[in-house]
Amino acid sequence: MSQAALASPLSLVPESPILSVADCSKMYGPIVGCRDVSFDLYPGEVLGIVGESGSGKSTLLNCISGRLKPTDGTVSFAVKGGDLADIFSLSEPERRRLQREEWGFVHQNPRDGLRMRVSAGANVAEPLMNLGDRHYGTMREKTIDWLTRVELDIARVDDNPKNFSGGMQQRIQIARNLIHGPRLIFMDEPTGGLDVSVQARLLDLLRGLVRRLGMSAIIVTHDLAVARLLADRLMVMRSGSVVEMGLTDQVLDDPQHPYTQLLVSAVLQI
Amino acid sequence: MATPLIKVDHLEKHFVLHNAEGTKIPVFANLKLEVSAGECVVLAGVSGSGKSTLMRSIYGNYLPTGGAVNVLHDSSFVDITTAPPYEVLDIRRRTLGYVSQFLRVIPRISTLDLVMQPLLDNGVDVKDAEARAAELLDLLELPKAHWSLPPATFTGGEQQRVNIARSFVWDYPIFLLDEPTASLDAANRERVVKLINRAMDRGAAMIGIFHDEDVRNAVATRLFEVSDYAVAA
Repeated sequence: MSQAALASPLSLVPESPILSVADCSKMYGPIVGCRDVSFDLYPGEVLGIVGESGSGKSTLLNCISGRLKPTDGTVSFAVKGGDLADIFSLSEPERRRLQREEWGFVHQNPRDGLRMRVSAGANVAEPLMNLGDRHYGTMREKTIDWLTRVELDIARVDDNPKNFSGGMQQRIQIARNLIHGPRLIFMDEPTGGLDVSVQARLLDLLRGLVRRLGMSAIIVTHDLAVARLLADRLMVMRSGSVVEMGLTDQVLDDPQHPYTQLLVSAVLQI
Repeated sequence: MATPLIKVDHLEKHFVLHNAEGTKIPVFANLKLEVSAGECVVLAGVSGSGKSTLMRSIYGNYLPTGGAVNVLHDSSFVDITTAPPYEVLDIRRRTLGYVSQFLRVIPRISTLDLVMQPLLDNGVDVKDAEARAAELLDLLELPKAHWSLPPATFTGGEQQRVNIARSFVWDYPIFLLDEPTASLDAANRERVVKLINRAMDRGAAMIGIFHDEDVRNAVATRLFEVSDYAVAA
């Protein structure tokens, strides 16, 4: 059979961005959080934000995910229908609906993203309930499916998150953030603080999920190997500003900015 | 004369090492190269003459200082040096295949899954992709017992065969080959030469770096001297 007959026609070049950030700045009094950040994110694209601690990565992530109002600039999301809407001009309930139904947010510390007093299963199923699902059987089924996908023992579905290890809690948090099929997911150092073997497993999982589900993602990390594995495109930040942005392998293999060159050359080879 | 699939136009590349007092390392300038369907252009020249830099610039992995790399993609030319990242990725997914010198291993991904990936990325369904990947691994005589294992623990030659299978599994219109036969024994070199010739016969355009003279003689339709475009430091 010919290759053309096997392949389904996919046009991957999208016409319009799913998220558009223009001149986003956040000041903490005289201190710069992030300054004049602009970029477009396209459907299916994974953007990595790298830079040392204090470079403004998390501030920027909080601004573009609607959790922190920028001092200046706009953050626009393609709401259903395709039009870009400034998320900080939306009403509070409307913005919360976006965050709940169309986005996901994976925190570095799973305890910030989980309810520690309800079971792992309830944590994973909650987004479905928020979307109006009321059928216990189907919710239970989907929850078990997702716990399997993140490679957790389904016999422990009714255990509380506090009885799981850190790496397992992180996987529960990831399942909770993907189960409702968000169009955009934000991740803040999703593999930080995990040991290397757990990290490899989690990265593999995230990579597979993002690729298969075709969602867009923005991942903050200080680990360039993580960025190379997961991100299509990289943004390098320093002192609140973006110093370089481009295709991931190009930024890592042929960095142009002095700071990026320093960052890349500082990585230990193994 | 066949229409070219790739047109490198006035390409210039120098590196600036900002953390070494801004040392400027010129590689080439005014470089022109066109490659048509059915051609295999072999980059010639000693180590350090810029063969790999040219190859990586064509793939969009290095950022050229000036000029253009126009790639025929969906029946129109796109300059990969200025295209947005998602378009470069689309060109790499469908049009431009690359065999690197070394396999970049991804933790926990099996050999078969790794080889299937380009097909899945192009929307081929899992069953067909698996069959095609198996066919190539078979052809390159990678032992079946290895297929379900991640290639991290394989020998250099085995990893290189996985790497080659992964690229040749999809019929890219253009292939970039960076020493694909470097760590292979004679029998496997022979198999790779066959794969390359087969791709050329169906109309692929190729640019390659081969240090092995036998392989070079077996596949090259012409040689291209990168050092002709060198600039004095």
